[in-house]
Amino acid sequence: MKPPVLYDGNIEEHPAGVCHVVWARNLLFLGVIGGGVVALGANLLPPRKPAPISRYEAREYQDPKFRETVDQVDVAFRQQWLSDGVKPAASAPDLMQARRLALGLMGTVPSLEEIRQFETLPSNERMPWWIDRVLAGSRFADYVAERLARSYVGTENGPFIFYRRRRFVTWLGEQVAANRPYDQIVREMIASEGLWTDHPATNFVSVTVQQDNKNQPDPVRLAGRVTRAFLGLRLDCAQCHNHPFAEWKQTDFQGFSAFFGQTHVGFRGVQDGDGEYQVEDPKTKEKKVIPPHVPFGAKLLPEKGTRREKLAVWVTHAKNPYFARATVNRAWALLFGRPLVEPVDNLQSGQATSPALSLLADDFANHDFDLRRLIRLIASTEVYRLDSAVDHDVGETEERSWAVFPLTRLRPEQVAGSVLQAASVTTIDAESHILVRLARLGQQNEFVQRYGDTGEDEFDNRGGTIPQRLLLMNGKLVRERIQAGPMNATTRIAWIAPNDPKAVEVAYLAVLSRRPTPEEAAHFEKSLADKSLDRPQRLEDLFWALINSTEFSWNH
Amino acid sequence: MEPLAPHSSHHAPRDEPRQTPPLTCIGPPGSSARAHHAERDGYYADRRGFLRLAGLAGVSWLTPVAHILSRAAETKREPATSVIMLWMQGGPSQLETFDPHPGTNIAAGTGSINTPLKDVFLAPGLERTAEEMNSVALIRSMVSKEGDHERGTYTMKTGFRPDPTVIHPSIGAICCHELPVGGTDIPRHVSILPGQWAARGGYLGDQYDAFRMDDPAGPVPDTSSFLSASRDEQRLKHLDVVEGAFARGREKRAEGTMHRATVAGARKMMSSEQLKAFDVSKEPAAVRKAYGDTPFGRGCLAARRLIEVGVRCVEVTLSGWDTHANNHTQHTKQLEILDPAFAALLRDLRERKLLDKTVVLCAGEFGRTPTVNPAGGRDHWPNGFSVALAGGGIRGGTVVGATDPEGKADPTDKVTVPHLHATVLTAVGIDPGKLNQTPIGRTVKFSEGQAVAALLQDRG
Repeated sequence: MKPPVLYDGNIEEHPAGVCHVVWARNLLFLGVIGGGVVALGANLLPPRKPAPISRYEAREYQDPKFRETVDQVDVAFRQQWLSDGVKPAASAPDLMQARRLALGLMGTVPSLEEIRQFETLPSNERMPWWIDRVLAGSRFADYVAERLARSYVGTENGPFIFYRRRRFVTWLGEQVAANRPYDQIVREMIASEGLWTDHPATNFVSVTVQQDNKNQPDPVRLAGRVTRAFLGLRLDCAQCHNHPFAEWKQTDFQGFSAFFGQTHVGFRGVQDGDGEYQVEDPKTKEKKVIPPHVPFGAKLLPEKGTRREKLAVWVTHAKNPYFARATVNRAWALLFGRPLVEPVDNLQSGQATSPALSLLADDFANHDFDLRRLIRLIASTEVYRLDSAVDHDVGETEERSWAVFPLTRLRPEQVAGSVLQAASVTTIDAESHILVRLARLGQQNEFVQRYGDTGEDEFDNRGGTIPQRLLLMNGKLVRERIQAGPMNATTRIAWIAPNDPKAVEVAYLAVLSRRPTPEEAAHFEKSLADKSLDRPQRLEDLFWALINSTEFSWNH
Repeated sequence: MEPLAPHSSHHAPRDEPRQTPPLTCIGPPGSSARAHHAERDGYYADRRGFLRLAGLAGVSWLTPVAHILSRAAETKREPATSVIMLWMQGGPSQLETFDPHPGTNIAAGTGSINTPLKDVFLAPGLERTAEEMNSVALIRSMVSKEGDHERGTYTMKTGFRPDPTVIHPSIGAICCHELPVGGTDIPRHVSILPGQWAARGGYLGDQYDAFRMDDPAGPVPDTSSFLSASRDEQRLKHLDVVEGAFARGREKRAEGTMHRATVAGARKMMSSEQLKAFDVSKEPAAVRKAYGDTPFGRGCLAARRLIEVGVRCVEVTLSGWDTHANNHTQHTKQLEILDPAFAALLRDLRERKLLDKTVVLCAGEFGRTPTVNPAGGRDHWPNGFSVALAGGGIRGGTVVGATDPEGKADPTDKVTVPHLHATVLTAVGIDPGKLNQTPIGRTVKFSEGQAVAALLQDRG
């Protein structure tokens, strides 16, 4: 007997019924394919909601207490300028302020779309609107979470299995997005128990797991992190010796480390138990039990709780003079590219008496450690709005006393984010197409690797390097972004700009967030009129020049 | 040797002159390579001290050994001027590379091969490297405190454990910072096939970061605009216009950014003849074949070409050593890439009289466990692993330290990472103890270690 054959390549030899089966199967096949395409399409091309023109919280900015703090900071700086005998720069153009804020809080320049919205508003409402719009977006939470995470856990991938950096950063981003009071966020990092996978805050502890010491966390590294990241103190210099200038002793550091002496890592994650923190004398090899001890303000320590819980309360106490100051200094550094007191994690370096730092820290501590309020305050001060250019050539005194806005080198991810944003007319954010976002992530990572990630070394200001210039002049990212293509700004501008002057203006706005000077306009309008190259190529050359300028790679 | 005995008998073996045949370099007849090592105290004593001792004994003119030593002291050897770092990313197993223990439990079946050196054996797969062992010094007792890839890499590349308050420069960055620039237009610190953690400039500045480059079979990245000369010219004119507008009101500070100076440097590099050094296709086919038709082999060949045009440090990475499973098969494959490239590089450098001027270092972030895990793999092991050194100022044919054949006890004559760094820096004529200011004003030495005298040639 022959085995049943449904279809052997010759339909005519089979009865009609078999033919029907074949067609049904083909239809089914086509149906499945079609359904797949529809499902894929629905996922890849979601209906794009136009970004609403958000309203800002006018009340926040008009609140007398808010105004009072801003005024006090302004007065403090004016007094400083008077006593230093320096003349402050004039106020910077609105768009320059908007660019600073976007770079500091989102890591990119504003999009052309956002600039257009910004300019529809009356000039006194522009910055408050822009600050609130930035604070409401997911780009802010993601970017700031990554920046903060660097000072909390560094950039390393950490111990395999025990540490999930991505989970930690995502969690931090959620806290920032929800505007959770900063002291609560910090307490959770220092004191919480559980597994690093479902209690992401515990990664703060588990990143220090020592694989050569029974997988237990390292109290010394934790003590160093807590003091530097949250208090702006370098207590860990006293790890090896008594500090020559500061008041900390080696015993202070050991006592601080002892707060992590009962923290263990096991199959239930980070847990507190018992045990004593012991330190070995390097000479006698004798082990000594060290009780937990804080270097100052012992009365702020609560009675109850695990050692870590007590420490967490002490660190974030409104009366701890360093917690609020360290946070203000860091927020200032994010916005200005340079901390108010340098370096960012050493408030003991002598300048810690900056009046602005105290004023802002008091406001921060008195308002539930509200990060958004702090950012709104700093961005509303006169000193944040100053121009970086002045009609008189300035010296070091002006820079030191913040009489001009400082020039600071952009971080690699800020440069990459800006190239990608500048080459797109529309805003690239959470609302963007998934493919756009994925491509952005991939290209950005590759670029950052080549440009040289600055790691944890957050705010040290150095000049650029030759490989960085090569990367921007000839590299793939810039080349692909500026060459004519349906998704790129060069092509879109070539299509939409009615004439050459408009095209030049739009390119300047997209890349440098400003309009060209008359000389620049004249130069580029002339070059666009040159017919030896086609128009998209001429626009490409214009974009290239703008992206390769000092102005593009530096915050100003 | 007898007359020296009262003061310095234990110093004598390592001070034997390089001129003697390699076999005796290993130690006095009958002693094993292991027994040859100087005892703990005085291990890092400098050679002058020894000469002085010998002089005090008043017998130096009597002994042929001391005679040769004093002659060596008169003819100062020029320090090396370049470093090639063959970076074994992932951590190679010492047992399957430079430190086999055939027939023991920890060998797990790995045998050994002979080298021209008496009592020095390598793992099978390193046959071509074995032939070069007269030029190679082995440290079989490296110890590090970091068992994690990232932290271990940082430690081995910089000589310091990671420290949140400062980023230390790698050896290559220190060389570029300390040694003269010469007429080099291309980056003097290059990382070929860079892994995730290419060598950095740290506190010396980003300008000392290694220039990253993939397989030299491809073009040098980012050095060509692919545009006509006239369009290139046009773009630079455009740039001048934009720069002019920004500098207004910011003259000094805009100049202080060094942006325009680096643009000029980049343009110079783009048109430099020296860029051809990256292009290994210019080499004869036989040379290319000797290095092996692999990205790593081409990287080693490019490294030699770069050294010839004045590049200070080239790092060439071979990854794939992280063998938590199938350790033996994986290592066999890795050695097929490493062996021809390493051996050809040493031979080629020697034939071109470059070996004396170049320190070659072959190291990974740590070794692998003496025990084999159930997946047939070996795990991370920073407590006794091997590093190979060769070239400028390094005493070829030396073996320092030995690991326990049972895999239990600590290695003898441990060499810590700082000591390794101090040794390499000394070989290139840089004082490891030189102090530097970090950006936050802390004073840091280039290395906290001391050079391992047994590994260095006499320089006088």
